[in-house]
Amino acid sequence: MKRFRGFVIKEFYHIFRDTRTLLILFGMPVAQILLFGFAITNEIKDVNVAILDMSKDNTTQEIGNKILSSNYFKLYENLSSVLEIEPAFKKGKIKEVIVFEPDFGQNLTRTGKANVQIIADASDPNLANMIIGYTSLIISDYQRELAKENSFLFQIETEIKMRFNPNLKSVYMFVPGLMSVILLLVSALMTSISITKEKEMGTMEVLLVSPLNPLQIIAGKVIPYLLLAFVNSTVILILARTVFKVPIVGSLWLVVFECILFVITSLSLGIMISTISPNQQTAMMISLGGLILPTIILSGYIFPIDNMPILLQIISNFIPAKWFIIIIRGVMLKGSDLSYVWKETLVLFGMSALFTFISIRNFKTRLG
Amino acid sequence: MNTDDKIIISVNKLTKRFGHFTAVDSISFDVYKGEIFGFIGANGAGKTTAIRVLCGLSSPTSGEASVAGYDVYKQSELIKKNIGYMSQRFSLYEDLTVKENITFYGGIYGLTNAQIKEKTDYLIDLLGITSEKNKLIKSLPLGWKQKLAFSVAVIHDPKIVFLDEPTGGVDPVTRRQFWDMIYESASRGITIFVTTHYMDEAEYCNRISMMVDGRIAALDSPYLLKKEFNASSMHEVFVKLARAV
Repeated sequence: MKRFRGFVIKEFYHIFRDTRTLLILFGMPVAQILLFGFAITNEIKDVNVAILDMSKDNTTQEIGNKILSSNYFKLYENLSSVLEIEPAFKKGKIKEVIVFEPDFGQNLTRTGKANVQIIADASDPNLANMIIGYTSLIISDYQRELAKENSFLFQIETEIKMRFNPNLKSVYMFVPGLMSVILLLVSALMTSISITKEKEMGTMEVLLVSPLNPLQIIAGKVIPYLLLAFVNSTVILILARTVFKVPIVGSLWLVVFECILFVITSLSLGIMISTISPNQQTAMMISLGGLILPTIILSGYIFPIDNMPILLQIISNFIPAKWFIIIIRGVMLKGSDLSYVWKETLVLFGMSALFTFISIRNFKTRLG
Repeated sequence: MNTDDKIIISVNKLTKRFGHFTAVDSISFDVYKGEIFGFIGANGAGKTTAIRVLCGLSSPTSGEASVAGYDVYKQSELIKKNIGYMSQRFSLYEDLTVKENITFYGGIYGLTNAQIKEKTDYLIDLLGITSEKNKLIKSLPLGWKQKLAFSVAVIHDPKIVFLDEPTGGVDPVTRRQFWDMIYESASRGITIFVTTHYMDEAEYCNRISMMVDGRIAALDSPYLLKKEFNASSMHEVFVKLARAV
């Protein structure tokens, strides 16, 4: 046991003396979560719009004010003719033009029907979708108010509103995915590098000739990263909770438990990678290309799995992060308990066991 | 256990193949307790492979071998407790200090804290590096690193220490000092098993085995080998042997 403790202490020396390792371990997670939380966001704010008001009556004025006072939009210019729309978009300053038909107010009060056209710059399709969603919502909101005052039925568009979530907080969705990527980086990438480094430096031979057995060597390498990954999950959760007000609806203990389970899965992956990589570069390439990239793309972190071709959907099942994200979204955002996520939890357990089994087998054959 | 207590390594027709390539070809020899036994040969002659098999790093294809009385097939864990090892690649941690390296290796060989402290003081004094004890290994010159690596390999007073090309890339003066340390350890009863391709170092061994293409071409004391081959130096012996094969 004393042998083992010395080994773990040595491992901490390695970690705390290497600035790059420290940066990846502690700088990157914080930077990533702040970046995703603040900058790379799906919410819109102060989007430049132009208004072409061919009616210029009270109603259009009110709708215009309502849109512009929402904080989502900012008036960039007023247009006076349809011909100005195209050039306005081409200048690239505005993302949306709102066109009111002539006699908009009159039409609305007389026939209960008026036309407003929303034109969005779809060169950024996601943004365009959101802008249209927000605008339509504000307009239909106005119509509803109008209907209340006049006890007269106006036509209310509901289609767009259905797929629009007025409280859309992208950071809620990002946090679980981000946790999986960070934990994977810390656990799989860093352990596989640290183990292959010993191979590369020749110190692994000395360790193998020593009375330490392979299991102790692996455990000694892994335990510091297990602890650090745990610290990292805590930091992410605290940041998510305090800075971005992400709710933790379900049990915090279950979240922590699932994080530890996912860290163990990642560590076992890291060990497996180290047993098949001859040097640090290979380990890094396999970890980044073979783990991190598929995790970002195929885990449901950014792109919904349901929208993928069937082949990719099948492949996504082999990605541990997919299951972790389902679990964390369920527990954190929906308040699911273990009775809802036990299947996913079992999958992670199974994967960890499989990777550990393969690693131990590989490690032993290497011993010869 | 061996019937003859004085034999500490016993090897009989030991063979190691990698696919079709035979790295070690049916070698047999005995090493006696307390002697400095040299494995001499060109690069690729099978020295490192042989040493790895004896240390339990790699398993033999056929033949028999016992180290410190333990069988290399079944008792490699027991062998590991009784040997020290220094590889041809430098084996200390560059980002740890001198003291931390000694503590670490002492620790994995099961020394107590008191023993580690005692050893640390002794080694730092012996190597004359008191002012460097808290410096990182990477800041030390290669010669010092090698000497420290050797000291660490025998920190637990093993029965046998295996040195795989320990003096590669070191200047002649440091090599001489290194061999002084080897003699010192041998005088304490530690058996030294050393591989090298420096022929002058062969002269320092009690007995040497000349390896050519995985076989032992000759095995005797340097004096008798020179006599047998009518040569003035080990280098000449080696050249004659290599040509004969």
